[in-house]
Amino acid sequence: MSTDTDPEITSADGRVAADQRRDRLVQGGLFLCISFTLLTTLAIFWVLFNEATHFFFDGRFSDVVVSLLTGESVSQRITFVEFFAGERWDVTHSINPGYWVGPLVWGTFLITVGAAFVSIPIGTLTALYLSEYASQDVRKYLKPGLEILAGIPTIVYGFFAISFITPWLIRPAAELLGVQTRSANVAAGAIVVGIMTIPIVASISEDAMSSVPDDLRNGAYALGATKFDVSLGVVLPASVSGVFAAYILAISRAIGETMAVTIAAGFTPQIAFSPFVEIQTMTAYMVDAVRGEAVVGSIRYQSLFAVGLLLFIITLVMNLLNNKLKERYREEYR
Amino acid sequence: MATQEPDDKLISTEVSADETVRNERPDETVLAAKDLDVYYGEDRAIDDVSIEIPENKVTALIGPSGCGKSTFLRCINRMNDQIDVCRVDGDVVFKGKNVYDGDVDPVALRRKIGMVFQKPNPFPKSIRENVTYGLEVQGKPATEGDVERALRGAALYEEVHDKLDTSGLDLSGGQQQRLCIARAIAPDPEVILMDEPTSALDPVAASKIEDLIDTLVEEYTVIIVTHNMQQAARISDKTAVFLTGGELVEFDDTATIFENPADSRVEDYITGKFG
Ligand SMILES: Nc1ncnc2c1ncn2[C@@H]1O[C@H](COP(=O)(O)OP(=O)(O)OP(=O)(O)O)[C@@H](O)[C@H]1O
Ligand SMILES: [Mg+2]
Repeated sequence: MSTDTDPEITSADGRVAADQRRDRLVQGGLFLCISFTLLTTLAIFWVLFNEATHFFFDGRFSDVVVSLLTGESVSQRITFVEFFAGERWDVTHSINPGYWVGPLVWGTFLITVGAAFVSIPIGTLTALYLSEYASQDVRKYLKPGLEILAGIPTIVYGFFAISFITPWLIRPAAELLGVQTRSANVAAGAIVVGIMTIPIVASISEDAMSSVPDDLRNGAYALGATKFDVSLGVVLPASVSGVFAAYILAISRAIGETMAVTIAAGFTPQIAFSPFVEIQTMTAYMVDAVRGEAVVGSIRYQSLFAVGLLLFIITLVMNLLNNKLKERYREEYR
Repeated sequence: MATQEPDDKLISTEVSADETVRNERPDETVLAAKDLDVYYGEDRAIDDVSIEIPENKVTALIGPSGCGKSTFLRCINRMNDQIDVCRVDGDVVFKGKNVYDGDVDPVALRRKIGMVFQKPNPFPKSIRENVTYGLEVQGKPATEGDVERALRGAALYEEVHDKLDTSGLDLSGGQQQRLCIARAIAPDPEVILMDEPTSALDPVAASKIEDLIDTLVEEYTVIIVTHNMQQAARISDKTAVFLTGGELVEFDDTATIFENPADSRVEDYITGKFG
């Protein structure tokens, strides 16, 4: 190489090399942070799968996997048939325990569907109002307001349910219909979870609606459409996949919601068809099971993880669906 | 400016034939602005414009960028109402009625005055639904006949008649713009406003739209904003020249504007000395 090499593009003065060393250091630091998150997630997975394996197979996860791979027969303590299609859920019964997860899934289902009936209409209309009707000033204050609603600790919502929703809404309604109700009931749980998830529906739907190009709105207005026509006929259909993504996120939040629903809907696992009875959701069961009575290693303790694993799979599917929809609506307008 | 030789010839012969017929009719004013000022906040975009636009003619609005052509056009069907900071002062009279009177409903007004935008903006709906949208929001049931009439009116029917249920977004840019024209004429308005309707299109698609405007004007009054002098000269009967500041400098027969303008600034603008 010749001696008049331009020092600007070599690391001759050592400065570039120092820069790069710093860069590598930062990179390493960032990688450590990522690894920490990753390891925690893996640890959670491992505990979840290991304990759930104990519940079903009465053995360690690794042993069961090895047995399965080598073609050895593995005996199940609690069969999947019993778990998914048994008769009742009563893990602590001393003589004749039941391991059918059905009543818990049913409780979660009731709360989720009921909550969706609250959050989807109100959330969607709120989003339409914010994106199409509200002036810029109103939007400026209302959107952060929604986020405050989303930030209230969920236990506060739970107490709101038993101190307001049940005595002031559910009990009078039950009296009017001449039926009994309890302080914990399906309706209160569904309504409070619905209220909690309104901000999710509203805020994410609003994002999707505001990303609909003004060209489309103007095209409709120029044809003599009213604001109502444009909101329901143009903006909502054009943002539909984003809005659905919001619904799914809200629903998966409702499925995983724990504190408020435990307080509001109760601890009685049963297949019920009345909004006024007490039920138990999957999450509420898990709270119940860890209230100090479940000895580590006991079947009650392990059932916690079986239910948790099922919950995890359900919400995972919902989140994958949500991602798919989000991708779609990102592609729609470019 | 580059001219498109083959198109040029074709269109100019056609236009001159039409123009002789059209010019035999006396001008009947359908739209007029009187002392119109438009402000965006504090900035004036239209400065004391008065103009009388004849029925069943093509009126071209030309002028340098930012001189207020689009603003003026949006005043006519009150699309400016959508812009918070926009304030209009003065009269826009449509068939004897000031559209800014308190009792005028902008929604009803826009049903009489259609609009085609610079960028084709079909709805993400089927071709059929695009065409029927205007009728639908007006509560009029749309028949197959309405769809065909509008698509034929926009010279699009032959190209799409066997795929009316596919998305309007699957069409080419030029087809999309003609779909937007079909959408605008389906509710049978009286005036059609076009804001640079060909500027996003290739020359062939653009010349199709120009031909179309020529037939549209038999039924409708067309007001078109264009940056293309040749286009204005080819398709319009009247030309209004706006200059920076939102001033209407000259309004006259297109031939007069292009051959013998009264204002020297107009001549400078047309010959490309500025703008
Ligand atoms: N929504 C708006 N808010 C504020 N000012 C605006 C708005 N639209 C236009 N203006 C201003 O009004 C003036 C006229 O704009 P207008 O769009 O009418 O011009 P134009 O003649 O159509 O220009 P072009 O040929 O580039 O389309 C410009 O100075 C512009 O900055
Ligand atoms: Mg413009």
